[in-house]
Amino acid sequence: MSNEVRSGWDFSAEAAVPPGGVGGVVGVAGSDGGSVGSGSDGSAPAGSIGPQPAGSGGRRHSTGDLVRAGIRGLGQTLITLGLVLLLFVVYEVWVSNIFAHQRQDKVRQQLTQAWQKGQDPLHGEDRLNLPSGKQVVIPAGTGFANLYIPRFGKDYAWTVVQGTNDADLERGPGHYSNTAVPGQIGNFALAGHRVGKGEPFLNLDQLVPGDAVVVQTAGNWYVYRILGSTTQYAAALKISDAKRRAAAVAAALAAPDAEGVVGREVVSPNAVSVIDPVPNHAGATPSRALLTMTTCHPKYTADQRMVLHAALARSVAVKGNATPKELPGGTL
Amino acid sequence: MYVWIWRHLPGGTALRMLQVLLLVAAVSALLLFVVFPWIEPKLPPNPVTGPGTVGQ
Repeated sequence: MSNEVRSGWDFSAEAAVPPGGVGGVVGVAGSDGGSVGSGSDGSAPAGSIGPQPAGSGGRRHSTGDLVRAGIRGLGQTLITLGLVLLLFVVYEVWVSNIFAHQRQDKVRQQLTQAWQKGQDPLHGEDRLNLPSGKQVVIPAGTGFANLYIPRFGKDYAWTVVQGTNDADLERGPGHYSNTAVPGQIGNFALAGHRVGKGEPFLNLDQLVPGDAVVVQTAGNWYVYRILGSTTQYAAALKISDAKRRAAAVAAALAAPDAEGVVGREVVSPNAVSVIDPVPNHAGATPSRALLTMTTCHPKYTADQRMVLHAALARSVAVKGNATPKELPGGTL
Repeated sequence: MYVWIWRHLPGGTALRMLQVLLLVAAVSALLLFVVFPWIEPKLPPNPVTGPGTVGQ
């Protein structure tokens, strides 16, 4: 019985201490007090147990033993909870990507099938600005366009879904549903996760002025280019010191164009004006087609938003499986 | 709890270690692939996607 209690403390003591042995109890109790960090609590009962003759072993279930067992149980529970929380971080940063990619694959297949059948989820959205006010609403979570960013490699391809709720963004980059559609005058605005959940916009900070962002709809390819000063960027590339070069690239991205729209900005999460038809110019009438991408910033946090703006450079009609020249192997 | 589990596993130390590893793997998989995906939407909302904010 006493052996059961002792082995309950620490299974390393199980083999080392003979049944009824007292030394093991003292040693374990002492080490327990030390690990908890309250030496006086742990060592006091141990001292009182030590001198007792082995015959009193049956009375080991003292209050102190129960308290120690309780504390030990609490400690194990807390350590377990800590490990579970660490595992949750693993889930958020890594495993959630697996689920998000599965959902994205499904959305992409559905869009491809719809296009093959001659259906276009966007059909009717082009008429949003007609005086008739006719609107066709794309169901939330439905894919309606493909997004390619050559800077991120030839495998970077995401199907954009309608809506920016949690459930939508777990399928892919989401379209702020009240903003323009691809190619339309106004601002085609997208949100995407930075880390985890597929992390489509993980590397948005690597885009530079002039980088192509290609959007494919059922009928057209739209090539947007990141705003900011391309001349400043070219000059920045000649700087040898890495830190100063990065600052110069950031300055080139932050340079506003004629309409006062920058290439990249970092804003607070409630700065909704970045997705206005003319970003940061609420109420202004848009005169060109823009694209805006928003994501969390800095990485692993949600403190701020990194926002990239691009303007439509050209568009070309879809022709079979051919891709635009901006993409690797493109011909259009 | 852990001691109780250890004492109730059959076999020698090596066999028990193997079983412990399997148990840890099973519990981790259950958490990662079933519990966390289920519980995550029920957690307090991320300020990220609240109304009037620029998402994610």
